[in-house]
Amino acid sequence: MRIKLPALLLLTLVLGGCATSLRGTGDLGLIIERADGSVLIVESSNRQKLGRIEGLGDLSHASVVYSRDERYAYVFGRDGGLTKVDMLRRRIAARVMQSGNSIGGAISQNGRLVAVANYQPGGVKVFDADTLELLADIPAAYGDGKFSKVIGLEDSTDNRFAFSLYDAGEIWTADLSDPRRPVIQKFRDIGRLPYDALISEDGRHYIAGLFGEDGLVLLDMWHPEQGARRILDHYGRGEQALPVYKMPHLEGWALSQDHAYLPAVGRHELLIVNRHDWKEAGRIALYGQPVFAMVRPDGRQVWVNFAHPHNDTVQVIDTVTHKVIATLKPGKAVLHMEFTPRGEHIWLSIRDEDRVDVYDTTTLQRIGSMPALKPSGIFFTARAHRIGL
Amino acid sequence: MLKYSLPLLFGTLLLAGTAPLQASAEVTATRQKELLHLLRHDCGSCHGMTLKGGLGPALLPDALAGKPAATLEATVLYGRAGTPMPPWRGLLSEEEVAWLVAILKQGVPDAH
Repeated sequence: MRIKLPALLLLTLVLGGCATSLRGTGDLGLIIERADGSVLIVESSNRQKLGRIEGLGDLSHASVVYSRDERYAYVFGRDGGLTKVDMLRRRIAARVMQSGNSIGGAISQNGRLVAVANYQPGGVKVFDADTLELLADIPAAYGDGKFSKVIGLEDSTDNRFAFSLYDAGEIWTADLSDPRRPVIQKFRDIGRLPYDALISEDGRHYIAGLFGEDGLVLLDMWHPEQGARRILDHYGRGEQALPVYKMPHLEGWALSQDHAYLPAVGRHELLIVNRHDWKEAGRIALYGQPVFAMVRPDGRQVWVNFAHPHNDTVQVIDTVTHKVIATLKPGKAVLHMEFTPRGEHIWLSIRDEDRVDVYDTTTLQRIGSMPALKPSGIFFTARAHRIGL
Repeated sequence: MLKYSLPLLFGTLLLAGTAPLQASAEVTATRQKELLHLLRHDCGSCHGMTLKGGLGPALLPDALAGKPAATLEATVLYGRAGTPMPPWRGLLSEEEVAWLVAILKQGVPDAH
């Protein structure tokens, strides 16, 4: 009895930290509350809010990656804050201010490294996923001692990361097999103002969108010796692009079996790209300028949201017919969309109405809603097992 | 008269008592609130919600010091060629842009 009591007490203390009894994390997620620097922990099976965590700094632009055990979230904040959130204990496990201004990050294939893309000072920093200890600092130096903002940081296979230099117009890859000695390969003169990038689920095709010209850049991570090449060059064909009131996002890219669906910059269009030869396979006319184009996990639908002043609308595209099958009006300022792991539902953040709505992707009807303060990104833990998310 | 002076008073309080009254006389209190929301959330998507900068440059008073208001107003109205900065003409009036620039130069209250 004397031995059992302290052991029991210890067990009680350990479990007391958890808000509920034993549970998994595969149906959990985070919702960013951008104006308050807080995140909601949610559960998608019963569509409920489990808790709110505050004190994550400036989350006006924020993104999340997950540890491979789906227990920890790494939240990248605008102010350079990197916060490790314990999804079970619902509290901050670790936090570092790693730069003055950052845009996002990625987690390595083996789950040991978390890398962050920074605007100020421009570059990439790599941290130990357990302790958030800084392991590598990769300044994005170019030209005559200048430093570029870094965007589109993506994880690939073989413990490599790829990222783009916005000001320099370069793509770099970093091999972090030895985390303290990154091996960098640079691809120069790729085009003007790469603004975001994505990588295919097999970690092979890294694609950067260009803001400064019509076109995208493709780097085959299986064949880096072939260099970065231009695809969909001059898709605007000299037409004047419309002013862009919100930059499109490429991550979470829409990829079906045969096609990729990419937002056209400054156009009310989605570009359809043939995945086999990377040539344009068509366009889909849309209600406004697309921001996110996200494919349902089975590849059958693409959901698109739009830039100001069309951001009250979401359109759904059938990937077989390439037709818009629904135009929904969820509410004012739909900022982000996230499918449940197998895609039966989609969650939409509606910033200006302070709520997150859930739609059934078969009936296209709203089936639920929950209040959230100026919600932006929604990130479910299923991202943990997907390359590039 | 009372109907006009009340919103003005409200606008003045909202702007920490140092609002440029000449400009705000042409922008109603309701519209001022909308403009501050736009500044925070839409301009903020590139310049940062706290205006410390993002893909676009910082818009804090220090960063704007020495830049003439007319230049800044033209940038907002007509955009900057070769950069992602779009023209806001058509969505915002000249008076509204002048009001926003004045607010930016003196510092946006509660810019977070």
